[in-house]
Amino acid sequence: MEQKKVVMDADGLDRSLTRIAYEILEKNGGSEDLVLVGIQTGGVFLARRLRKKISSMEGRKIPLGILDITLYRDDLLTSHRKPLLGKTDIPFSLDGKKVVLVDDVLFTGRTIRAAMDALIDFGRPKLIQLAVLIDRGHRELPIRADFVGKNLPSSLWEAVSVNLTEKNGADEVVIEESR
Amino acid sequence: MKLKRKDLLGIQELSVEEINLVLDTAESFLEVSTREIKKVPTLRGKTVVNLFYEPSTRTRTSFEIAGKRLSADTINISTSTSSVVKGETLIDTAKNLEAMNPDIIVIRHSAAGAPHILAGLLRQSIINAGDGAHEHPTQALLDMMTIRSKKGRIAGLHVAIVGDIAHSRVARSNIHGLSKMGAHVSVAGPATMIPRDIEKMGVRSYTRIEEAIRDADIIMMLRIQTERERQSIFPSLREYAQFFSLNSRNIDLASKEVLIMHPGPMNRGVEISPEIADGPRSIILDQVTNGVAVRMALLYLMTGGSNP
Repeated sequence: MEQKKVVMDADGLDRSLTRIAYEILEKNGGSEDLVLVGIQTGGVFLARRLRKKISSMEGRKIPLGILDITLYRDDLLTSHRKPLLGKTDIPFSLDGKKVVLVDDVLFTGRTIRAAMDALIDFGRPKLIQLAVLIDRGHRELPIRADFVGKNLPSSLWEAVSVNLTEKNGADEVVIEESR
Repeated sequence: MKLKRKDLLGIQELSVEEINLVLDTAESFLEVSTREIKKVPTLRGKTVVNLFYEPSTRTRTSFEIAGKRLSADTINISTSTSSVVKGETLIDTAKNLEAMNPDIIVIRHSAAGAPHILAGLLRQSIINAGDGAHEHPTQALLDMMTIRSKKGRIAGLHVAIVGDIAHSRVARSNIHGLSKMGAHVSVAGPATMIPRDIEKMGVRSYTRIEEAIRDADIIMMLRIQTERERQSIFPSLREYAQFFSLNSRNIDLASKEVLIMHPGPMNRGVEISPEIADGPRSIILDQVTNGVAVRMALLYLMTGGSNP
């Protein structure tokens, strides 16, 4: 039997993002040199929402980049199917910037490893921080998030999906049995 | 997603979905070439051999740059400096290359079907970089990418191809591709340069450039192979230029938004006048830029995993 459980609703999701926005500003002492980079595809929508919140708190527009990590994946040469390549668009220099990477779900950490390698190819940021809506555990690399919406202990057989209105209808986080 | 094939031999056998997959992927790859560090680690440890039995600067360099920007090791073999001059056959050369375990072999050969022979013989992926007067699939893909990005679509456009259609693999691959994608293609050239059955490929054929380019959205000029002047296919370059060159007099027959393409190398003043080649309607250098992206997309899509 398939079990589907909503673990975060639209209000909860918005509150989490608001808190993360404040935490980013608090930890970095404001928004000077701050840039956001969303990871394709879920992270891009969340990064846009965070940017809107931070920009209105600070009264100025925070730069936003889009990163597709496909070309930096570590399973490209072993897997049969090729992931569809998305667009990367970072229209500003990362040199000396405080970069906040944004993704929807933190799981094995391999995506973040790939993202950091990609960012370094674009320049030398002053620092890189990580913001995720959901941390579901099961790390395979020594990586942790600086800003977390919700820690969600999960089993490997469960699928965690972040649904967003920009992507697939309603704002909610769902966990379900995937076998 | 992956191309459902081991080799890329021609546009004729590609589906619309496969063409769209290559073009979409290539558009994403454009960005890599604009970075300060123009290199991604994707094909680290892969080897691409460029085996060119015909002279080429643009295509060979384009494949080499594409491979290098993906971190593949690229090796160029041009036959004038290789064991081919010592009399080695294509098949022996290929078997020897296979024994060194490359991943992709890119081949250009003056004989139509040479890439197909290698594809049947070798376990490596083969990419046809031009075989005789048969096909030049990567050129057609980069042309379609250029048209799509400039016009926003391919379907419904009128594309005129002018020149030596009979001897042109570029024309053949483009006719296959553009027709599949829903464009209307017309061709023009001297009667000796138009294949008799060309209309079976679904194109309209003319013996005057003015008729072919009327209301065209895209005009693709082909290089006139000057070495053919001796073969009495046309009387003289001068006469050819007089009747079939694209210039400021006849270009007004085309659509006001017409764009001009040429696969290179150009004979300035023969098939195309300099003011057109360098003018605001020319997208000839966009073709070259997109060529690298298309070849990166193909190398990416055709490597990795064992073939199903």
